[in-house]
Amino acid sequence: MIEARKFKLSNLVVHLLLIILVIINLFPLYWMITFSLKTNDEILGYSYKNEAGERILVPPNHVGLPNHWEWANYVEAMNTGNMGQYFINSLAVSASVIAITILASFMATYALTRLVWKGRKMMNKFFMLGLTIPIHAAIVPVFTILSKLKLLNTYAALIFPYAAFALSMGILISVGFMGDIPYDLDEAAFLDGCGVWRIFALIIAPLMMPAVATVGIYTFLQCWNELLFATIFVSSGRYRTLPVGVQQLFGQYTTRWGPIGAALTIATLPTIIVYIFLSKRIQDSFIAGAVKG
Amino acid sequence: MKRTLSYKLNIFLFLLPALILFVGILIAPIIMSAFYSFHEFNLVANTDMEYVGLENYKILFSSMLTNANTGKIYANSMYLGDALTHSLILAALSTFIQLPLALIIALKLSKGIWGERAYLSIYFMPVLISTVIIGRLWMNIYDPGPAGLLNAGLRALGIDKWLFPAISNAITSSKLPFTGQWTGFRETALIAAFIPILWQYVGYHMLLMYAGIKGVPADLLEAAQLDGCKEGQVNRYIIIPYIKPILKVCVIFAVTGSLKSFDLIYALMKDTSRAELPSTLMYKLLFLHNRYGLGSTVAVVLIVLCFLFAVLISFAFRDKGAKVA
Repeated sequence: MIEARKFKLSNLVVHLLLIILVIINLFPLYWMITFSLKTNDEILGYSYKNEAGERILVPPNHVGLPNHWEWANYVEAMNTGNMGQYFINSLAVSASVIAITILASFMATYALTRLVWKGRKMMNKFFMLGLTIPIHAAIVPVFTILSKLKLLNTYAALIFPYAAFALSMGILISVGFMGDIPYDLDEAAFLDGCGVWRIFALIIAPLMMPAVATVGIYTFLQCWNELLFATIFVSSGRYRTLPVGVQQLFGQYTTRWGPIGAALTIATLPTIIVYIFLSKRIQDSFIAGAVKG
Repeated sequence: MKRTLSYKLNIFLFLLPALILFVGILIAPIIMSAFYSFHEFNLVANTDMEYVGLENYKILFSSMLTNANTGKIYANSMYLGDALTHSLILAALSTFIQLPLALIIALKLSKGIWGERAYLSIYFMPVLISTVIIGRLWMNIYDPGPAGLLNAGLRALGIDKWLFPAISNAITSSKLPFTGQWTGFRETALIAAFIPILWQYVGYHMLLMYAGIKGVPADLLEAAQLDGCKEGQVNRYIIIPYIKPILKVCVIFAVTGSLKSFDLIYALMKDTSRAELPSTLMYKLLFLHNRYGLGSTVAVVLIVLCFLFAVLISFAFRDKGAKVA
């Protein structure tokens, strides 16, 4: 199988098809970035009168690079569109969710795999129910609970529901990782006089760093992109997250393409840049999440 | 050591944070949703909860309703049947178009083609982009005005001259001629929604299948090649049976994903009614009509369907023992 890695002529057709797919994959993003830098006239086409009084039609520039790089679109998306604030909100919510999910799922996994008690298999299955439950199922009750607790329009309105829905996957991934840590370590620490809490905090948790990355990446993408809860539980701009912000911007600027494109690009680029540097890790997180499920 | 490890209070405390989140935000709300589905109430007007029995289910599953005051029969705008049909069509398209496409490419890539990881990484990238962004981006691509990319492309190639009249003829839900309003007609809206789904998720399924194929033991493949198996035979009799568990996960994701889908339709269309899905219908019932009982009923139907399909698919993929290969 190894020698097949060399570039072979017979594979040319295959490569050609694969490259067409690459273009299909990347073109919408290229198009988004170019129209985020164009003026509305350039996007929609326009007409003007020349010195002789004739009407000259300029067709829209669909696929070319911008004739004039309109950075003002970005300034507008940041200022009027408030994308900077939404970006920070999304970051704050995601970071808190990751911290809570990791702590709660590591603790639960420790109880499920290292502590000895009847019913731990059942409990594990119980947590796995969360993998199939659609997020919509909880909307009305969680909405009523949040409104009774006066938590609507706070970061907490998103953080706790997101953490709850990320939990099952967090436990699923952690069980796999924690199973790989040798039990001898626990025993040695126990003989040195450590209790379960110290074993968990000083021995197990530091060895779970690879799981932190995997659970963290998975959880991050879930809450960074979530729309339904974010639309319903938060109506004030102060706590609005990026996806809702983008959605709102379209309401304000129905006919202004440039700032819309800029907002889309601002919301997309950070994830893409992180992906370029961590592509293998991110892919592994997704594989771990699916294969063990 | 055994004694310390089974000390009940410690077990309870370790489980506590997860249990509070899980029971408080997932399990209890599901039970509450089921309870709400037999009631009608209005959170905004703060009305009392009124027990209505199975009335909510009857309303959602009948396409025609009778007006209690006038006795007139009218088309039910809260009909769940169409929404379920739409999501099942999306599920079928995902399963029978998206997954085979992903499998074909994954099989090609995993056989050690030059630059396989680079291809894979690029195909996977759209998975990371927010579905809202993708919906909005595609809304711009489908834009019927002069800036819309798709129609501009079709016009440039001259395809619109025969394609648009052909679509116009096929449209029965409206008398308006088709001039490129892809999300404006019942017949085109669902396809218009499927294309971005395909674009975004084909790389996801491909990645899972690729990882599965890479896990097929090398000696198994070598033995098959020594026995004179052609590439197609290796794929069919060794690789595909071997990665069946992953194919199962892919089908479950594709089907339950279609049932749950909300973001894309909500972002892609100003008026979701042309490609109404259960979740967009639920959103309307809850936050446009303030029918909280009805909305909860849709949620209950969704949970039941997601579990039902997960079980059915697992059953369809169960090991038939020696029958495989």
